[in-house]
Amino acid sequence: MSHTLSEADSAALLAGHGVPIAPERLVAGPQEAVAAAEELGFPVVAKLCGDHIAHKTERGLVRLGLQDGDAVAAATTELLAAGRPDDAVTGVLVAPMLAGSREFIAGLATDPQFGRTVLLGVGGVLAEAVADVSVRLVPITRVDAEEMIEELDCQSLLGEFRGEPAVDRDALVAVLLGLSAAAEAEPAIVSADLNPLIVHGGRPVAVDALVELEGGPEAAA
Amino acid sequence: MSAPTPEQFRALFEPRGVVVAGASTHPGKFGFVSLHNILTCGYGGEVFATNRDGATVLGVPCLRSMDELPEGRADLVFVCTPAAANVELLRTAAAKGIRAAFLTSAGYGEAGEDGRRAEAELVALCDELGILLVGPNGQGVVSTPSSLCAQIVAPYPPAGSIGVASQSGNFVSSFMNWSCATGVGISRAVSAGNAAATGVVDLLRWYADDPATQVGLAYMEGISDGRAVADAFAEVARTMPVVVMKGGATSGGARAAASHTGSLATDDRTFDGMCRQTGVNRAASVEEAFEAAATFATQPLPPGNRVMVITTAGGWGVVTADAVTRHPDLVLAELPDDLRAAVDEKLPPRWSRNNPIDLAGGETRDTIPEALELVASHPGVDAVVYLGLGIQSNQARMLREGGRYPGDGLERIVDYHERQDTRFARAAHDVSVATGKPVLTATELAVAFPDNPGPATVRDGGRLCYPSADRAVTALGHLARRARWLRRRGLHPA
Repeated sequence: MSHTLSEADSAALLAGHGVPIAPERLVAGPQEAVAAAEELGFPVVAKLCGDHIAHKTERGLVRLGLQDGDAVAAATTELLAAGRPDDAVTGVLVAPMLAGSREFIAGLATDPQFGRTVLLGVGGVLAEAVADVSVRLVPITRVDAEEMIEELDCQSLLGEFRGEPAVDRDALVAVLLGLSAAAEAEPAIVSADLNPLIVHGGRPVAVDALVELEGGPEAAA
Repeated sequence: MSAPTPEQFRALFEPRGVVVAGASTHPGKFGFVSLHNILTCGYGGEVFATNRDGATVLGVPCLRSMDELPEGRADLVFVCTPAAANVELLRTAAAKGIRAAFLTSAGYGEAGEDGRRAEAELVALCDELGILLVGPNGQGVVSTPSSLCAQIVAPYPPAGSIGVASQSGNFVSSFMNWSCATGVGISRAVSAGNAAATGVVDLLRWYADDPATQVGLAYMEGISDGRAVADAFAEVARTMPVVVMKGGATSGGARAAASHTGSLATDDRTFDGMCRQTGVNRAASVEEAFEAAATFATQPLPPGNRVMVITTAGGWGVVTADAVTRHPDLVLAELPDDLRAAVDEKLPPRWSRNNPIDLAGGETRDTIPEALELVASHPGVDAVVYLGLGIQSNQARMLREGGRYPGDGLERIVDYHERQDTRFARAAHDVSVATGKPVLTATELAVAFPDNPGPATVRDGGRLCYPSADRAVTALGHLARRARWLRRRGLHPA
């Protein structure tokens, strides 16, 4: 048995091990959301946050490119209304809308034979179809992380791309080392998704995080 | 269960004497074939056999039971008796000083609930008796340093430094057949059968410490303790190249998973990542696996990944350069200016002036050895693929066999061509040894006409003559990957 953490809790857990997460604010209602958006700078993204929401995009619980306060307030109201009782909604996450044409996926998984693994792949909606990924067993070293990046077939995505700078490989290494460290420190982690990991100005930033823990929700405390 | 000891492995691979339990007078039975193979491949120790009737098999007067075995004369028992007889047999064998048992017997873990119980009892018994248990349901063990061929199938391979460990007996045979075909030899080979007590990783661990073994070559499927495998790989691959082929690579694809990462991290990608992380070279086919191992066994590791192609004919060089360029672990070397100038002095102006170095038929008597020397010794080149060996000797064969030989001046020209190809093959070998860089020779003549003096000389020098340039590039890629893996971790090849 396992359970997922809310996006906010997932992000907080992984950020604690050095995984770069987009700055975001968990808010309770429209007014707070507008204040958060003004502080973070427009445009922003608003996402419904809850302890049991896994596939937000598929359910339409992510609103992108909100340009002003009115749009943020309206989106927040709609998202809170869209929550179901079993989502265990904790609020709405407001985050800056990070622009970047390259997306990666990084995360942790549990293999029945080899135990926990770290994964890096080309991300976005085509991630599973493209399946350009590299996997290592936890724990990984810096050299392992560097080799995971070098192993991807789509090396052209790591260089300068469509007017954006080359991917900061050290920063990508830090993401992978952070995931590995989180897995070592938290034996209860069954899986983790940083999807997508957007390359913004050459730096990878996780704009969504989902952590799955072993056991029921009560075990989390 | 206690870990196998070096003494037990010595009993398996270097026994003072061997006893075949269940020897048969029927030449179709395991109990006959295994005794035949032990007797006829040069094993120097004492050979005993047991048989209920006390018959003489292949000139060996059989003991009626293990009780009659003189104490302390045999270290290994090769068991061809039915499962039901084995408990008593092994107890007696242990009392006579036997420290290793290879069991061909079926009827264990592969045979339902009763078989699994019998196998568990067998493991516990051998542990109690201090006997290394290999099998059951295995094909046998080969150990060329002792000229030991204790197996129920052919072949017996030439001696060499590749240690084979396999969960499937068929693959032991395949690897050894390739060894016979290429001349690149084997040190030890074990078909682990059901691997009840001794598995592929136990063998690899021992091979890593075995002075006779320089390379591990393994076939695995159905891994039951992944972390133990990963730990063993990590330990062994620091000092010994290991090539692994895994069956079931395409089964058990994407799992139902709560996370996208979970569905992307399939069994196969996880195994592949584990191999890369631990420094083990994974191969996709039996040819690739054997040739990678054979290359580790016979060529030095390249100092880097820059490959130069030398060819006497255009198309091959172009296609080989493409293969190098496509390979993720190799780079097609830029032809350095000083090397271009040096080669220029040896050739008429039509040569390629690029990598591939296409000699374009402009070579004279000494061009090829000179070009190999110039290229391999240049600091801008880490490895060389040489194409075109044996072409003239192939024509010489036709001249010799065409009915006009030795008239019309044919004797002299045939002799010249064959001498030259022999010389070129030696030059490729010598320049590789002198520079410490791999120089791989590829031509389909190695399989089409293995007696051609070109490939035959490569083989006589102990190296592989690759049957195609693609296969040479693939093998070289394995060396480059391992060399890089070691360098990145501050490790250096022994």
